[in-house]
Amino acid sequence: MTTLEPQDNKRRNDQILAEEQACPPPTDAMEPLEVLDDAPAEEQGEERLYVAGQWQLMWWKFRKHKMALLGAAILIVFYLIGAFCEFVAPYAPEAYFVRYKMAPPTPIRIFDATGKLHAPFIYQRDRTKDMETLRDVYIENPEIRYPVHFFVKGTPYKLWGLFEADIHLFGLAPEVEDQQVLLLGADRLGRDLFSRLCYGARISLSIGLVGVFLSLMLGIVLGGISGYYGGRVDTVIQRVIEFIRTIPTIPLWMALSAALPADWPVLRLYFGITIILSLVGWTGMARVVRGRFLSLRQEDFVLAARLSGSSELRIILRHMVPSFLSHIIASLTLSIPGQILGETGLSYLGLGLRAPAISWGVLLQEGQNVRSLAQAPWLLFGPAISVIVTVFAFNFLGDGLRDAADPYAR
Amino acid sequence: MLGYILRRIAMMIPTLVVISIISFVIIQLPPGDYLTSYAMALAASGEAVDETEIENLRQRYGLGQPVYVQYYKWISGILLRGDWGQSMEWRKPVKDLIWERMALTVFLSLIAISVSWFVAIPVGVFSAVHQYSLPDYIFSAISFIGTGTPGFMLAMVVMWVAMRQFGLNVGGLFSDEYIMAPWSWDRFVDMLKHLWIPVVVIAMGSTAGSIRTTRANVLDELNKPYVETARAKGLKERRLTWKYPVRVALNPFFSTVGWTLASLISGQTLVAVVLSLQTNGPMMLRALRSQDMYLAGSFLFLTSILTVIGTLVSDVLLAWVDPRIRMEG
Repeated sequence: MTTLEPQDNKRRNDQILAEEQACPPPTDAMEPLEVLDDAPAEEQGEERLYVAGQWQLMWWKFRKHKMALLGAAILIVFYLIGAFCEFVAPYAPEAYFVRYKMAPPTPIRIFDATGKLHAPFIYQRDRTKDMETLRDVYIENPEIRYPVHFFVKGTPYKLWGLFEADIHLFGLAPEVEDQQVLLLGADRLGRDLFSRLCYGARISLSIGLVGVFLSLMLGIVLGGISGYYGGRVDTVIQRVIEFIRTIPTIPLWMALSAALPADWPVLRLYFGITIILSLVGWTGMARVVRGRFLSLRQEDFVLAARLSGSSELRIILRHMVPSFLSHIIASLTLSIPGQILGETGLSYLGLGLRAPAISWGVLLQEGQNVRSLAQAPWLLFGPAISVIVTVFAFNFLGDGLRDAADPYAR
Repeated sequence: MLGYILRRIAMMIPTLVVISIISFVIIQLPPGDYLTSYAMALAASGEAVDETEIENLRQRYGLGQPVYVQYYKWISGILLRGDWGQSMEWRKPVKDLIWERMALTVFLSLIAISVSWFVAIPVGVFSAVHQYSLPDYIFSAISFIGTGTPGFMLAMVVMWVAMRQFGLNVGGLFSDEYIMAPWSWDRFVDMLKHLWIPVVVIAMGSTAGSIRTTRANVLDELNKPYVETARAKGLKERRLTWKYPVRVALNPFFSTVGWTLASLISGQTLVAVVLSLQTNGPMMLRALRSQDMYLAGSFLFLTSILTVIGTLVSDVLLAWVDPRIRMEG
């Protein structure tokens, strides 16, 4: 992109301008991301496009992709939940409520029985036994209301293991003891599924990032060497990549993670799984990087840099990497769901993370047996929907980034 | 062309050697050697440990000797005698256990791929020809959802719906009375009755992907001058579409059949576990859990061989349709 002739650049920017004007600026629906937005294109005229930098152009193109913005918004929320799960979750993940084994989600209401509007509240729930099916059923008692408070004092926790606090995002007043607000129901031990999902988000979502980061490092180094130097090194690395891609991914993951000792502590297991996932993941990244290097190596600006005496490292880092960084970010985003699904699948099979670790895969595994399927489908659907929404959000975001990565296209 | 195929097959051999080494390493990964676990398993099930049998096995697999000797004994057993080792858990030779499962795996994948093409090609062509029409949007949305939804979760949802709505347990490929039965016509028919749910679940991902590819490829072709020429000469629209652009657009399709097949075989592992199909996935999982490493390693080795063969088929098909590849070699 840096090599474009000035008039070429102008012509393409004209195209973008035409597109900008054809599509009205995004509406207010995407509020959280509008902060970075500038005044609409029309006001400042086309001057603006000629002086805009590459990242600016990409942002303008990206924000036209509504689904990508939605995906980004969802992911920001999910990652915030994961980062601050101790605060968002109303209960500790291991806290159990004996009277609420496999209790269905607590309905949160704003209208009472007479149709009067209140702040969010729950009715008192009493457990009785259905004499026909002998199952526990929870009946709401519309006489007694418990308001749901925000920023309420609850079980004390240590945020990131560092800061002691006891404020939770929401919950019942501390003096209410025998009622619980179970947003997504409880599992077979009476633990709050929503709280566990929040804690699971921390592991499941970060495993994708860490795994992709490892893949990226391996991919950039090996793919870069392969593409920049070419020749024999290239052949060897390409052979290795081809070979790794030959082994069917899921059976290989299964075999490797089965080899991780069962008595490893959670943290070590976590990194073990991440390494296994990125062992396969880096190959795709390396191919992208290599392809970019191969095509950029021929470009005039690389030659120019070399002729003016830049060192190899400077050429790579200062001139080549910035011009394909956007593509890397896009394909990175698209490869995160694979890693998240990898962890989920492995944990689901009982080969990845295991309880007491909490990840979405572990929760799925707990929720998948036939008995919970019949009586407590929320145990399956809670984690499953979280995973699927995350995967879609990443796909949308990645699609948008990929389109935006080349602001001159079309 | 023949030269290219031979070269390509020759290139497979080192890959297969490395794959066999990796599979063997994975067999060896868990702590303790296989015979100690075998003896322990026997003791645990309350059976007398036959010292001479153990000693025979020790000889056979060269345990206690250097790793490369063990590897040599293992691989030569497979190559020369078709001996894949002994399954500790099932107390049977591995070769008695794997072939039916592998055959079902391949069979299921082939059916899934046929179904996905049978659906995807007409839908993709229709979407391309009626671009930006309402059905096109609907199909595009469905295929986008299809590519994003992981197969094993769809399988769980299908299980749940079947149980909730029809009170059925849809897992497995056979009815109870046929699970252990030898192959017969009735067993085959019984399998066909159970087949459709796994096939739909497994085929979904690749169907959705194929719809998108077909649509994009046909769209690329539709604007080319030869289409205009054919139209100018008065060819009927339907005949024109199916005879020229579609054929060109499907070219890359058939040449990647091997890769698609390979990814289906890998991808259906999880689905098979969820639906407890009698394919390689669940058995490999069980073998891994009980550290029945000869069985697990054999599955890994065999599925990798399938992938290699799939890639070979694809490469040959690609070279067949594209002379540039086979000339460059």
